[in-house]
Amino acid sequence: MSAPVVIVGTGLAGYNLAREFRKLDSETPLLLITADDGRSYSKPMLSTGFGKNKEADGLAMAEPGAMADQLKAEIRTHTRISGIDPGHKRLWIGEETVYYRDLVLAWGAETVRVPVEGDAQDAIFPINDLEDYARFRAAAAGKKRVLILGAGLIGCEFANDLILGGYEVDLVAPCEQVMPTLLHPAAAAAVQAGLESLGARFHLGPVLTRLLRAEQGLQAHLSNGQVIVCDVVVSAIGLRPRVDLATAAGLQAGRGVTVDRHLKTSHVHIYALGDCAEVEGLNLLYVMPLMSGARALAQTLAGTPTAVKYGPMPITVKTPVCPLVVSPPPSGREGIWSVEGQGADIKALCHDPEGNLLGYALTGAAVLEKLALNKQLPALLA
Amino acid sequence: MKKWQCIVCGLIYNEAEGWPDDGIAPGTRWEDVPQDWLCPDCGVGKIDFEMIEIA
Repeated sequence: MSAPVVIVGTGLAGYNLAREFRKLDSETPLLLITADDGRSYSKPMLSTGFGKNKEADGLAMAEPGAMADQLKAEIRTHTRISGIDPGHKRLWIGEETVYYRDLVLAWGAETVRVPVEGDAQDAIFPINDLEDYARFRAAAAGKKRVLILGAGLIGCEFANDLILGGYEVDLVAPCEQVMPTLLHPAAAAAVQAGLESLGARFHLGPVLTRLLRAEQGLQAHLSNGQVIVCDVVVSAIGLRPRVDLATAAGLQAGRGVTVDRHLKTSHVHIYALGDCAEVEGLNLLYVMPLMSGARALAQTLAGTPTAVKYGPMPITVKTPVCPLVVSPPPSGREGIWSVEGQGADIKALCHDPEGNLLGYALTGAAVLEKLALNKQLPALLA
Repeated sequence: MKKWQCIVCGLIYNEAEGWPDDGIAPGTRWEDVPQDWLCPDCGVGKIDFEMIEIA
C-alpha cells in the first residue's frame, strides 16, 4: 500500500484541508493524527458558547468516527507525534514509525501562559480548543465571578459571552486600551464602553501577580496592589504557534513554521497550514486565511501546484453589545487615520497618502458599511 | 423557502428570514445573497464554505 497523506491536527485546518482534498482525490490514503479527541467543532463557536448555553458536547458537530467515514480517512485520536524525519519521509509516534507521502502540519497554536505566584494556579484556564472549553465549563459551573487575563480579541469576546451567560466579569491586561495590536483607539473605546455597559470591569495597566485561595473564592493580587475577588480565571493573553517539533526536525521557523505561497516548508513533502504556519511572513490566526490555505493546499496535494492568495481579511469580533469589524492596515504600510461617528458607532478609516483605503475599524451601526469598504481594501497576498 | 448551513461553523441561513443585520431582506434566496457576504458567526466568505440544503 502506498504511503498516506498525513495531516497532524484535526481542528478547522486539518479537517477542512481533508474535506477539500477529498473533493479532488478520493483514492489516496489519508491519515489524520490528533492529540485531542478528534471531534469536529468550529473554534469561533467557543466564544459564544455561554451566551447560547452550549456545553462542549453541544458544540461538537461530528464524532471522529463520522468524520473518518465522511473523509474516507483513518483518524488516530489522543495520539501525539514525537518526531519527524524529513529525509526518510516518516514520523514517529513514540516507538512506532509512520511513513508519509506528504505531511501537513496543522497542529495550531498554544496559549501563552505567564508565571503567577500563589496556591490557586490550577484555577487559571486557557480556552483554545473544545477540551479546554469543557474543562472551563466544568470549573465555572455554579460560580459567579470570572477574572479574564487579557483584553485582546479573545478576552473581549469571552467577556461579552460570559456576561450573557450570567457571570460577573473583571478583565486585567497590561495595556492602555482593548485589542491594542488590532484596533484604533476610538473603536477600542467604543467596544470597552459597550462591555462596561453590561457590567464588565476593566483594569488596564497592571498584571496578575498572585492568585490565592480564600475562604470564598479566589483572591487575585495585581501588580498595582489591587485585589480582585473571583471564583475562576480565564487566561486569554495570546497564542503562540507551535513550532518545536518542526524546528527539531530541521525545518525553518520564525513566529510560525515558515512556508512559501504553496504552504511548503523548507523541506519538500512537508507543508504547514493554519495557526502554526507563517506564510510569507504572515501568521494570521483566523478562519478566513485558513480556508484560503486549505483550498490551495488541497489542489497542490492533488497534483495541481496552487499558490495561496489572501484577499482582504476583515475580522468580525464577536462582541454583540458593540459589534466590531476590523481590517488592520498591512504591516509596514504608512497610513493616515480618520475617525467619524461617536459613542458606539465609530468609523475609523486608514488611507495611504494617495488616498487608497488600507484598513478600517467599524463599530456599532457603522459595521453595515463593511461590504462596501471591503471592495476597496488591498489584498494581503495578491 | 430553504435553509442552508455553513459546514465550517454550523450557522443556518434561513431564506425566509434573510439576514437583516447585514441588509439581506427576508425572502432572499441563497443564490441572491451577495457574493461578498461573510458568515456572521465564523467570518468566512460565501465562496469559502459550502451550504447544505437541510430543509
